[in-house]
Amino acid sequence: MKTIMKIISRFWIFAIIPLLSSCGYNQMVSYDEAVSAQWAQVENSYQRRADLIPNLVSTVKGYADFEKETLTGVIEARAKATSVQLNADNLDAASLQNFQAAQDGLSSALSRLMVVVERYPDLKANQNFLELQAQLEGTENRIAVERRKFNEITRQYNTYIRKFPKNIVASIFSFDKKAYFEAEESAKEVPTVEF
Amino acid sequence: MTRKLLFVLTALVLMLANSFSQEFPQPQTPPRLVNDFSSFLDPPEVAALEEKLVAFNMETSTQIAIVVIPSLNGYEKADYSFRLAEQWGIGTKGKNNGILILVKPKTPDERGEVFIAVGYGLEGVVPDAITKRIVEIEIIPGFQQGLYFKALDDATNTLMSLTRGEFTADEYLKKHGGDMAAESGTFILFILIIIISIIARARRTRQYAVGKNIPFWTAMFLAGSASSSSRGSFGSFSSGSGGFGGFGGGGFGGGGAGGSW
Repeated sequence: MKTIMKIISRFWIFAIIPLLSSCGYNQMVSYDEAVSAQWAQVENSYQRRADLIPNLVSTVKGYADFEKETLTGVIEARAKATSVQLNADNLDAASLQNFQAAQDGLSSALSRLMVVVERYPDLKANQNFLELQAQLEGTENRIAVERRKFNEITRQYNTYIRKFPKNIVASIFSFDKKAYFEAEESAKEVPTVEF
Repeated sequence: MTRKLLFVLTALVLMLANSFSQEFPQPQTPPRLVNDFSSFLDPPEVAALEEKLVAFNMETSTQIAIVVIPSLNGYEKADYSFRLAEQWGIGTKGKNNGILILVKPKTPDERGEVFIAVGYGLEGVVPDAITKRIVEIEIIPGFQQGLYFKALDDATNTLMSLTRGEFTADEYLKKHGGDMAAESGTFILFILIIIISIIARARRTRQYAVGKNIPFWTAMFLAGSASSSSRGSFGSFSSGSGGFGGFGGGGFGGGGAGGSW
């Protein structure tokens, strides 16, 4: 009797293994990794934008009478955006919202800057500035693409872990639902242009 | 009951496919690099561009596609371009060397839009600032004057000279040949293990001694036919003599720039 118990206690884990793979544990790991990898891509594209800003600021600064507060607004928003880092392991709704708010702050500061630039024809004709502007636009496009891909991959993961009976395995191994990016607050508002 | 279910399912799939294709057109069959869905260019102009781009694709494996659509269906032009390019898979998988030139012609009440989307693999040689310049210097002024073909011809020439040398078709063929050899190598190894186990078992039981050599030759034949069949399918994929072989599943990450006129 004792030996039987011993055998069971030694081998129960092997009995569970096929059960786990049929309940999609391995697939959950793959999807989870895919979400993490895509999150890294999202962070990269935001980082790319943050890296462009010092160059942009120094180019714009050359125009002596350029509004100081617009520039400091951009610099401050950049500092705030880069200070909010989010690990792929805790992509819950609150932290993602926090991250997104900081990045959106930078987006709106940058769009304010671009509106102000309209008043400086010399700056608009500057080759260096035009190049930076093209890069900035490209970076915004990259952010949009990576965010869309992130939402798609996260949806796949969330759908997978929430279906019965996989949700039981998911809750045992704490695969939690991950948050989505939402449409930017600034995108919902109509921008106001003052002259 | 099952028939009814099947009918409903088919209808659903058809409806989905229909709504899908209305937003994003399907590539033409046989696949072409120049897809003009709104009669923006004359047929001989389309043929000239197609010939040039197909030749470039055969030479370098880089795929430059031109797509003209009647409407963006409410999408932003960059967003539309990246979605369409990914859906069609412009470029080759792994190299991501596709470029999409998307054009939405000008209509009496809408501006014309153009966007050049650059695949992941070409972002290094075709940076955003360069695509912006191509759009603003070569495409927009030409389009404004109605010189649609010349503008696209110039733009594709510039893109070709930028991307030439980044990827070559031989390198692509070599790489795929290598993969295939490795694959058939593991297959042969697998067969060998089976043969050895069969021989070992035959030795043990001494009943299959007569047919000892047969499994070996059968296995060799199998291995040979397997590798030749995979070579055959690869050949038919890459050849497409004179025509365009099809899009290869390239990825896009948001590189490129656009403009309107």
